[in-house]
Amino acid sequence: MSADRRTLAPFGRRRVPIVDRCEYGSYVVLRCLDEAGPAPRPGQFYMLAAAEAWGGGEGERPFLPRAFSVLRATPESELHFLLEAVGPGTKRLGALAEGEELWLAGPFGVGFAPPAEQRRPLLVGGGVGIAPLAIWQDELGLDATVLLGFRDAAHAEGAAVLAEARLATDDGSVGHRGLVTDLLIQELDHTDDARAAVYACGPPPMLEAVRALCAERGVPAQLALESGMACGYGACFGCVVPTRAGYVRLCLEGPVLDAELLETALIPGTGHG
Amino acid sequence: MSVRFCGIELAHPIINGSGTFDAIAARRAFGDTLLDEFPFAAFVSKTVTVEPRQGNPPPRLWEVAGGLINSIGLPNKGLDGYLAQDLPELARLPVPLIVNVMGFTREEVARLVAAFAEREEVAALELNVSCPNVETGLIMGADPRETAALVTRVRPLTTKPIVVKLTPNATDPAAVAAAAEASGADAVSLINTLRGMALHPRTREPWLGGRTGGVSGAAVRSIALAQVSAVANRVAIPVVGMGGVQSGGDAADVLDAGATLVAVGTESFRDPAAACRISRELESLDRGQARPPDETPKQ
Repeated sequence: MSADRRTLAPFGRRRVPIVDRCEYGSYVVLRCLDEAGPAPRPGQFYMLAAAEAWGGGEGERPFLPRAFSVLRATPESELHFLLEAVGPGTKRLGALAEGEELWLAGPFGVGFAPPAEQRRPLLVGGGVGIAPLAIWQDELGLDATVLLGFRDAAHAEGAAVLAEARLATDDGSVGHRGLVTDLLIQELDHTDDARAAVYACGPPPMLEAVRALCAERGVPAQLALESGMACGYGACFGCVVPTRAGYVRLCLEGPVLDAELLETALIPGTGHG
Repeated sequence: MSVRFCGIELAHPIINGSGTFDAIAARRAFGDTLLDEFPFAAFVSKTVTVEPRQGNPPPRLWEVAGGLINSIGLPNKGLDGYLAQDLPELARLPVPLIVNVMGFTREEVARLVAAFAEREEVAALELNVSCPNVETGLIMGADPRETAALVTRVRPLTTKPIVVKLTPNATDPAAVAAAAEASGADAVSLINTLRGMALHPRTREPWLGGRTGGVSGAAVRSIALAQVSAVANRVAIPVVGMGGVQSGGDAADVLDAGATLVAVGTESFRDPAAACRISRELESLDRGQARPPDETPKQ
């Protein structure tokens, strides 16, 4: 894996302050100041835990840190993360306020690879999975076409973290009524397949639809996957995903994988919260 | 804080539990800083089996209150792959290497022990006895006679220290430890994970791909301490204690229960450098004062 897709992490975890918290409908964006850490590559991720009340000693859940693809990194050493409160870990993180602190380790894993020359990047995101597409859009610029899908209007407010996105919602309250893959088919129909490169992150059924569509049309795709992980750096062997080359640890070989490595993007065991 | 363990000089008493830290993978994530700040006084590698194993199907993890259940299934490259690919990398670590092995028959374990018997990169061997002997159907480490037969079989094969990693899923781990000692084991380590299960929130089927898994983390600390104490009171050979250790105070508890070394496992998932912090905290504790005045500190 090329070195420019992996920034090495400082060894250990760091205690960093939250400098801002804002809500976008159903989502929360946490901004923290990571002055001791390096700049991540788009698609890399961090392991986050609240510095207080997170499995300390007598611990209830949450106990393990949670993996989050970085939403955005600023030149001022801010790291932004997008989260939705769906379980004990994301609820605790989402309740953090400015001035409170996080434990953070990373950046981990390998991020997106740039498109081959002449290929136009199509960024396809679903739900909270839009996060790594924002930092990737920051790097690619506005040449990238952004297609985002959400459940409803409250979730679609999350689209504000990217620029100039076309939207789809399940209930039709915002944008196209239907799936984001409907928008992807429209875009590919208007683009020569040989000139497109797809980057996708979202729930497993969406990623599987993108994978199958791109395989059928011969369009290269990179998928940012999720898998429950305890450590983020290859220690626990918990985050394996099945690939054509057998099980691979997503934290080391991913989270961004070439779609052609996968027979399916329906990875078991995601969304434990 | 230096300590002698089976004739091996260690800088401090904190090591890792087998299968809870992959030094080769960690070097890919953190670079060579890992070697400069290596957290463990000795490194115990992940279980090696004769044949390669891809491990259990996902999902492999489930978080519980104060811990997790894992069902990893001992993925490894097999003996040949370990010797060719992993051992040369692990030999470059700045600390002694303890190789953990597991076989499904006594002859498989014997083959693994023999393969490492003369390797100068290897300081000691640890036997994972938490699996069934397919010939007898008994868990090798759950029955004292089964454990004695295994240790008797492999003891003549090497002069290196043999550590027996005990399972807590046994009626009487101290009796198993005594059988290992009487058969020539140089040390015992405990606890391995406790069997546990979680159901899928919707389907009500087992969540883990391997159906059941092993519980670790803070949740098992008190159970581990009781088992370490029982074993240390029963045997004269050194004990490596582990189970839910998250702080220097927890490590001191394990040492004061009779262990010579303390292994850190699940806490390294929460904090990659946890063992560095635990060593520092342990060193800062004034542990000499805590002992009764007539008790000679252990070596």
